[in-house]
Amino acid sequence: MIVTKETKTGLLLSAPATLYVLLLIAAPVALTIAYSFWTQDFVEVRREFTWANYAEVFSDPLYRTLIFRSVRIAAMVTFLTVLLAYPIAYYIAFNVKKSKALWLFLVTIPFWTSYLLRVFSWKIVLAQNGVVNSALLSLGIIDAPLDTLLYNSEAVVVTLAHAWAPFAILPIFVSLEKIDRSLLEASKDLGEGPVRSFLRVTLPLSIPGIVGACLIIFIPTVGDYVTPALVGGSDGAMVANMIQVQFGKANNWPLGSALALSAVVCVTIAACIVVGALKLLERSLK
Amino acid sequence: MDTPIAVNIADVSKSFGQFEAVKNVDLQLKQGEFFSLLGPSGCGKSTLLRMIAGFEDPTEGSITIDGREMKGIEANHRPTNMVFQSYAIFPHLNVEENIVFGLARSGLNKGEKRAKANEMLEKVGLAGLGRRGAHELSGGQRQRVALARALVLEPKVLLLDEPMSALDKKLREQMQMELRALQRSVGITFLMVTHDQHEAMTISDRCGVMFGGKLAQVDAPEILYQAPRTKQVADFIGGMNFIEGQIGAHEGGSLEIDLPVFGKVSVDEHGVSERAGAPITIGLRPERIHVEKNRPEGADVFAEAEVVDRAFYGETIHYYLALNGRKDPIIASITNFERREHFEIGEKVWSGFRGAAAVALPQD
Repeated sequence: MIVTKETKTGLLLSAPATLYVLLLIAAPVALTIAYSFWTQDFVEVRREFTWANYAEVFSDPLYRTLIFRSVRIAAMVTFLTVLLAYPIAYYIAFNVKKSKALWLFLVTIPFWTSYLLRVFSWKIVLAQNGVVNSALLSLGIIDAPLDTLLYNSEAVVVTLAHAWAPFAILPIFVSLEKIDRSLLEASKDLGEGPVRSFLRVTLPLSIPGIVGACLIIFIPTVGDYVTPALVGGSDGAMVANMIQVQFGKANNWPLGSALALSAVVCVTIAACIVVGALKLLERSLK
Repeated sequence: MDTPIAVNIADVSKSFGQFEAVKNVDLQLKQGEFFSLLGPSGCGKSTLLRMIAGFEDPTEGSITIDGREMKGIEANHRPTNMVFQSYAIFPHLNVEENIVFGLARSGLNKGEKRAKANEMLEKVGLAGLGRRGAHELSGGQRQRVALARALVLEPKVLLLDEPMSALDKKLREQMQMELRALQRSVGITFLMVTHDQHEAMTISDRCGVMFGGKLAQVDAPEILYQAPRTKQVADFIGGMNFIEGQIGAHEGGSLEIDLPVFGKVSVDEHGVSERAGAPITIGLRPERIHVEKNRPEGADVFAEAEVVDRAFYGETIHYYLALNGRKDPIIASITNFERREHFEIGEKVWSGFRGAAAVALPQD
């Protein structure tokens, strides 16, 4: 290979990024893969190849339940967030005329406080002596505070749907904003009312934004462990909480690694299903 | 028997806040004619078109299409279809799906829709391209799809909003002739908005010229060109020389006008009713001015002039002629035919014209 000056400069410029990716992403992933095939022998790790960890992950109903629950919760969070974000994005794109930037700025306000604080504030809202309960009590709708609001998977869904809202609003807004307004006039001109124009023109053209929003929300939600740890209780615990336990208290890194990688595979499959479903929706709208 | 009226626009005005976009327009479109609304940008022609389509409501006045009052009828329920300036081809649909978009509630089954689409594709010269994606189309093809999509619904009136502005010159000229032929073959009333006078003149049966929200003149292209009613219309359509003079006398349908340099000339009255002594402007097309080495024979009036500039256009040559006592030169357009004598800058020539070639324009 002839090394020209340009190649040298190129290599030099990309070196920090390459090094970063190798050290902080490739190496840990490789290590995780390696660990997942080893065995924890009390304090020591036996470095012999085995499928035992994966066998345990897929045979133990506990782990299976956790992975399925994680995917289910993530799917619900994604669905709820996109459903709630779409009207807001639609409103900003089509009905806000002058101050779009201000509206987008307002959408990002929740990000000004830390993620942890936002999760904690939901604890205040949903707790036994929290905002919702005291409001219902003082309105006389209930006699005793509800204890079903917090520490379950629904609490996790509500909290995350709120936390992710801007991540859904922004990509959907961008895809709606890009739609040429004359297309909507054309649809009306060709005989379609507002509802059918939305279904036949606006919605299909905003699918790329919906796909983006779904992936951005679904993937990190499956692996989230802060929110389930704080508001999920035992009923709302997810796979990431178990992975944390394996790497921490249980001190079983190989099993934790196998769990983590299994979760990655499940997320990939589930994400493909989500994208495929949206593509089908797009085709059926034609 | 008179041709029935397709669209009747009666005393229509439209205001956007303080701004009056369209002022008291009265206009009738005849069934099956090709009508163009012509005017500079911002003259209100697009607003008028959008009111007919149902995208804007008139502030005052009424629009009836095919005898039906359109007040309160939304665009999706009107017997009009539109070809948008951007063509507005649905990017997520292919050509055929675009064309049958409006047939969704026609009750036709898939096969019937496809047959209709193919028939339209044939008509607009896109046969066999039904499967093409919207993004694979050239500008001219997009326009044809937009036409097919609108015409397949057999509207009473087809509205075209600057349909040629996105095409290059050669394609534009080709599409103009095709559009004309298509209109004749489908027999639907076409209403086109354009700022291009050549386009309007080449393809329309009649044109309406708009300025500042008002309809200045409605006539066939030939009349619009040869007998503009106002100075504005005369100036907007084609090249025009304006010469100021004074009314000498009215004499049974013609007008004797005193012009500086040229002297007295008799011009058609053309609705000018001002009395003798009033100032008047006459309009003179560049190609109606004679330029000759010697005193011209065929002209009613003539004057000596000096060539101050010339511009070569191929089929014609424009001479800029300075006349005594006139600030701006007058422009004469001479056909560049064989053995034509040419003049150089600085050359002394004779210029003249016939009274019948001039048009009297009332003071604005």
